[in-house]
Amino acid sequence: MDADPDLFKAIGDATRRTILDELTDKDGQTLFEICGRLTMKHGLASSRQAISQHLAVLEQAGLVRTRRQGRYKFHHIDTSPLRSIVERWPIDREEPNP
Amino acid sequence: MIRVNITSVFVDDQAKALAFYTEKLGFIKKTDEPAGGARWLTVVSPADPDGVELLLEPDGHPAAGPFKQALVADGIPFTQFAVDDVFAEVERLKGLGVEFTQDATDLGPVVTAVFDDTCGNLIQLATMK
Repeated sequence: MDADPDLFKAIGDATRRTILDELTDKDGQTLFEICGRLTMKHGLASSRQAISQHLAVLEQAGLVRTRRQGRYKFHHIDTSPLRSIVERWPIDREEPNP
Repeated sequence: MIRVNITSVFVDDQAKALAFYTEKLGFIKKTDEPAGGARWLTVVSPADPDGVELLLEPDGHPAAGPFKQALVADGIPFTQFAVDDVFAEVERLKGLGVEFTQDATDLGPVVTAVFDDTCGNLIQLATMK
């Protein structure tokens, strides 16, 4: 039984990984800014509706949280669900350089 | 030869809009005539006083409100203005209390930012490189 199907589905898509990259670059973006960055910086010609659906998948996995401020809606990255990956498959401490 | 002579933004209050667009953004008033209960109210850029006029159009039509609200909710600026330096303009406008939903952002061929015009619209600033 896999405990994190939403998480692995969410990070299994290149566009969604790029969205997370851009939110890492600057946290707290409107849908418009995310679409602009994907188009202008990455040449991704997805529709606004498609990006909105990608954001919904990321939100379902807990990797993106939305915040309403007045009439605006901002998207924030939350990397904490990724911790379950290294808890499941611990990363060995790096060998010290000889 | 066809050309653009006027473009418009839907504003919730023409007097408030005129103050914001002239005092903060730096446009100058071009035309102000009574027109059926509202005003035919346009502003122009001091850099191009005979150029494209911006009409501050009342948003009283029932479709205008939901249209504007839906755009703002997704952060979409329906109108774009050019400036020489987005970074400097953002600092200047923030100093005047203007609220931004997107700070100056380098997108490769263009630098953009998005602010709230206080009349129900988001406006994009752009500097082409």
